[in-house]
Amino acid sequence: MLAAIVAAVGPALTRIPLHLVQLVIGTMILLFGLRWLRKAILRAAGLIALHDEAAAFAKEAAELRGAGVARGWDKLAFAAAFHITILEGTEVVFIVIALGAGGSGLVLTASLGAVAALLAIVALGFALHRPLARVPENTLKFVVGVLLSAFGTFWVGEGAGVAWPGDDLAIPVLMAAYLAIALCLVPICRGSALAGAGEE
Amino acid sequence: MGWLKSIAREIYGLFVDDGSFAVAILAWLVVCIVALSREAAGAWWSGPALFAGFAVILIESVLRFARQRGK
Repeated sequence: MLAAIVAAVGPALTRIPLHLVQLVIGTMILLFGLRWLRKAILRAAGLIALHDEAAAFAKEAAELRGAGVARGWDKLAFAAAFHITILEGTEVVFIVIALGAGGSGLVLTASLGAVAALLAIVALGFALHRPLARVPENTLKFVVGVLLSAFGTFWVGEGAGVAWPGDDLAIPVLMAAYLAIALCLVPICRGSALAGAGEE
Repeated sequence: MGWLKSIAREIYGLFVDDGSFAVAILAWLVVCIVALSREAAGAWWSGPALFAGFAVILIESVLRFARQRGK
């Protein structure tokens, strides 16, 4: 189903004027990326709780065990797997479509990247033999937030007719700038929260 | 239809977490598009100015959250 969405929407985007696609998709990536980066900064500063993947896994597993084990076709297992995959997969579809909108042929390249990421995650699952508790989720979100924020800023700029000094070389500069800002904000936020708590 | 609602909610949640943060980003984008379409399109400083606005919005939002948590 997710592949069908990519196949249906991806090629259609190449027929729309590029600056419009860059503006719309860039805005979505920017909102997505800055939201992730903001949350990752707040988590790294200890202002909001880190995700406890082990606890989440135990809770879901207990609920599914409580529903019993079906013989043959297990509707509950199908529904649970479909629900989880479609929700998380929708995020992947957005990223693939967004990156693929840059030109014809990029949808395939972006899709192959997503498939490679899927294989890497499956391999990690086999290697770790447990939920993603060992994977530093917030670090991943921090990095992805920086990347998406930089790409989103560059794309909305391109769509709006902005001139980027150095053209495409502006992208790594934007990444470095967002990363520097985020890394500076973590200790400042931590200090600000501690100072506020100390005044009470 | 419940799963459709879940997907719609999830998609909205992908882009909007703090409403004022998302609105500020969109507002700055609109200001830049309007300003660039009038006179500054192609100016060397337009890209850095666009980025600076987003950076300020991010910094303000994060610091505001930290101050609120610290109270």
